[in-house]
Amino acid sequence: MTEPRAALRPARRPRGRLWIALCLALGFTGAGQMPIFKRYYLADLPGMGWTADYLLLHTLHLALATVFLVWAGAALGAWLVRREALTALGGWRAAAVAALALTGLARALKNLPDVWLAPGVVMAVDWAHLALALAFGALGLAALVRGTGYVR
Amino acid sequence: MNRRSFLKTLALAGTLAVPGAGAARAETGGRVELATLLDLSRCVGCGECVAACRDANAAKFPEPERPFPKMYPARVRAEDWSARRDEDGRLTPYNWLTIQTAVVERDGRELEVHIPRRCMHCVNPPCANLCPWGAAYKRADGAVRINDAICLGGAKCRDVCPWGIPQRQTGVGLYLDLLPALAGNGVMYKCDRCHQRLDAGQQPACSEACPMQVQASGPREEMAARARKLAAETGGHLYGLEENGGTNTFYVSPVPFEELDRAVAQGPGRPHLRPVADVMARDEAFTAAVFGAPLAGLAAGLLTAARGLARSGRGAGEGGHD
Ligand code: HEM
Ligand code: SF4
Ligand code: SF4
Ligand code: SF4
Repeated sequence: MTEPRAALRPARRPRGRLWIALCLALGFTGAGQMPIFKRYYLADLPGMGWTADYLLLHTLHLALATVFLVWAGAALGAWLVRREALTALGGWRAAAVAALALTGLARALKNLPDVWLAPGVVMAVDWAHLALALAFGALGLAALVRGTGYVR
Repeated sequence: MNRRSFLKTLALAGTLAVPGAGAARAETGGRVELATLLDLSRCVGCGECVAACRDANAAKFPEPERPFPKMYPARVRAEDWSARRDEDGRLTPYNWLTIQTAVVERDGRELEVHIPRRCMHCVNPPCANLCPWGAAYKRADGAVRINDAICLGGAKCRDVCPWGIPQRQTGVGLYLDLLPALAGNGVMYKCDRCHQRLDAGQQPACSEACPMQVQASGPREEMAARARKLAAETGGHLYGLEENGGTNTFYVSPVPFEELDRAVAQGPGRPHLRPVADVMARDEAFTAAVFGAPLAGLAAGLLTAARGLARSGRGAGEGGHD
């Protein structure tokens, strides 16, 4: 089955780029959840004042997360049907996506007025989401350098 | 409210999928939030509550290390209150409760209204929701605390608090052990509702010390009903019940709060008394989308891939992959 794989490659490229852009945007709006954009003058650059607006960045992060989750859900659905074999790196990246989604959703859940999560759970989720974001970035970089995709 | 109950259902369904969510309980599931009612018509501004707060919480006050580590870039300023511990005219890391006094005119006479100000203990606290480290959090009983062992002093909580309540002390806390030059700037402090006293079954120190019985604490619904009743009976005005989507601090005043807001000194550590829209409302609206997204995606992915398979099965000779 080499032929269909070859046919798939070129079609994937622009989508792959869009996915990378989406993840970078999530990383950016996520990083902006930490109080660093103002401290490090980013918000002082012309037209970048909005990067110091925590609430705006938070809403943007959620909006991007919605796209990310639709996309990841669709990829999972397609995989369930096709059952293509994952590369080793692809397996780790898929796991990171799932864990980012779960921890991210837990954070969003906590922000609802009628929901209360134990402080220890909240802290664990916060730190896990951050660690996962870093790990996902590192894995993505490794995949880019090696030129490996998610599936074989 | 419809959106609320929809979100609530979603959220409850969601807890099933969240790791460790056994600890998650809805308000109806046994968790009772406590609220405080302050009858401003009784307050004489004696300051007993402020003194009691300092006494009761002295052990929690910061003891900064000197000299402070140099911080970069240069714009990052140390906030140091350790030499001004007695300041009680505003909120500081050493003063979690302050009395504002408004002088207004009523029926041709001057009237003084004193307003004890501290953290409102919001029902959906942006300071805790948005803390990137989980250092600020809400207890099961609704008290909002900042964990001084974890807080890095970035002051995001103060920036997102509609009243700018938490106050920073430089030179203490976890940031000293990480990268003090590059990240963090101390620890944020504010009223923690005397959690140690609550745990021991006591009243908050400020409430107990008040000679005029200005404050009363109890389950939120009960106190809200009492606040509404008091306001109705005395022709009083309410603050805190609806602000920021609801807080656990209810002020009842003989004078409208717009008037009080104009009459009190305001600035850092001296909060306003204006109406406040629900800070988290926009993101609550997004939560439904965020929870629906993976399911919508999954369904779409399954359908498209299955249809693709069927098509390629039917037209096997045409090489119909896309
Ligand atoms: C590529 C994927 C993602 C990256 C790189 C990423 C990155 C980050 C980073 C760096 C932070 C700040 C650090 C922290 O608070 O832990 C953050 C916070 C957050 N992320 Fe993500 N994230 C991703 C996906 C998601 C998803 C799918 C959701 C789902 C709802 C989500 C929801 C949140 C929320 C709610 C917060 C923090 C604010 C809060 O606690 O309310 N993230 N993210
Ligand atoms: S008043 Fe400010 S500090 Fe207190 S719970 Fe509300 S947002 Fe947090
Ligand atoms: S509840 Fe406790 S910590 Fe808060 S203002 Fe009163 S005495 Fe101070
Ligand atoms: S102790 Fe009571 S009367 Fe005195 S200032 Fe505080 S709330 Fe007002």
